[in-house]
Amino acid sequence: MSEARKVLVTPIFSDNPIALQILGICSALAVTTGLKVTVVMCIALTLVTAFSNLFISMIRNQIPGSIRIIVQMTIIASLVIVVDQVLKAYAFDISKQLSVFVGLIITNCIVMGRAEAYAMQNPPGLSFLDGIGNGLGYSAVLLFVGFLREFFGSGSLFGFQVLQTVNQGGWYVPNGLMLLAPSAFFIIGAFIWILRTWDRSQVEDNEFTMKAHVKKEAV
Amino acid sequence: MEALLSLFIRAVFVENMALAFFLGMCTFLAISKKVSAAIGLGIAVIVVQTVTVPVNNLILNYVLAEGALGWAGFPEANLEFLGYLSYIGVIAAIVQILEMVLDKYFPALYNALGVFLPLITVNCAILGASLFMVERDYNFSESVVYGIGAGAGWALAIVALAGIREKLKYSDVPAGLRGLGITFVTVGLMSLGFMSFSGVSL
Repeated sequence: MSEARKVLVTPIFSDNPIALQILGICSALAVTTGLKVTVVMCIALTLVTAFSNLFISMIRNQIPGSIRIIVQMTIIASLVIVVDQVLKAYAFDISKQLSVFVGLIITNCIVMGRAEAYAMQNPPGLSFLDGIGNGLGYSAVLLFVGFLREFFGSGSLFGFQVLQTVNQGGWYVPNGLMLLAPSAFFIIGAFIWILRTWDRSQVEDNEFTMKAHVKKEAV
Repeated sequence: MEALLSLFIRAVFVENMALAFFLGMCTFLAISKKVSAAIGLGIAVIVVQTVTVPVNNLILNYVLAEGALGWAGFPEANLEFLGYLSYIGVIAAIVQILEMVLDKYFPALYNALGVFLPLITVNCAILGASLFMVERDYNFSESVVYGIGAGAGWALAIVALAGIREKLKYSDVPAGLRGLGITFVTVGLMSLGFMSFSGVSL
């Protein structure tokens, strides 16, 4: 049981797919301007990762090595089509807002990366949990970014007005930069900084080390 | 002609794949440590984009779209739900074909691109451009221009980032921000710079 627990929990903080493995950033940033869209994206990605891991792991011994990428792609693309059709049928507005990013789950490196790195070697049950765990790790970063961007960018959460903005007669002047592309990069950068200050082992080595400043006369 | 030129400028600068839509980020961050590698990858992306977007456009208009199969005797078929599967299939196939053609006829270019070609299949910028083409209903000539523009914009961004990172490695960055963190902040600043192009149109 501890193995299953480890597989599920480590990707959330200590081996986060976005902050440490540099996977799946592509779609992570574009969908975080509002929390509602972010949550839908997180659920979609977690489900796709979990089920693609499950199915690929189930047939891992039958897949010939030379065509495994194509097989994985086909499974992932089919799952994404299902998600996309469900969203179009039951949450059309959100599906419109997500635009191409639902389709881009196919090339999201988390899905491919976990299928290749984990599901090809491990039994279905554990692979499924690994998919959920990595999906949650992705969700943690996305929700953090989405919360900050929506809260400071438009003063609302999940579309409900929390801070009364100036043009509605309130006091809060929304920070428009938060809704634009650059802020997402800054927030993720800061998130990585916080995470690595908390967990020192994730700090990368410097390629060059600085020499201490030395006075000329002292030499 | 003017409309196409304007579309090209928009695809390269205003709607830059990497900096405005965050597409192809994984490779963008992973392979931008050296300018030479970034140029190789950039050229590969331009080539693949230029081929895949128009081909996917043809597939959409003659096979998948509603009523597109009229020529084969299935006027009421609508296969649009198979879109994702066929686009990614087309991209994977084209990358493979391109690899074989380059290996046979242009070995020098093949060696230069080397490992980057297979990586491109899973680059979201490639699939992203095809999906934007579908969403915005580009016709064939527009899709050719858009493909080239999107590829060129992405290549421009990665070469610029690699140039910055080559200098950045000599600087003394706070421990937690080292590597990935400072790269994100750099890309954010670049993206801010590229925003000044918004509103530029011909």
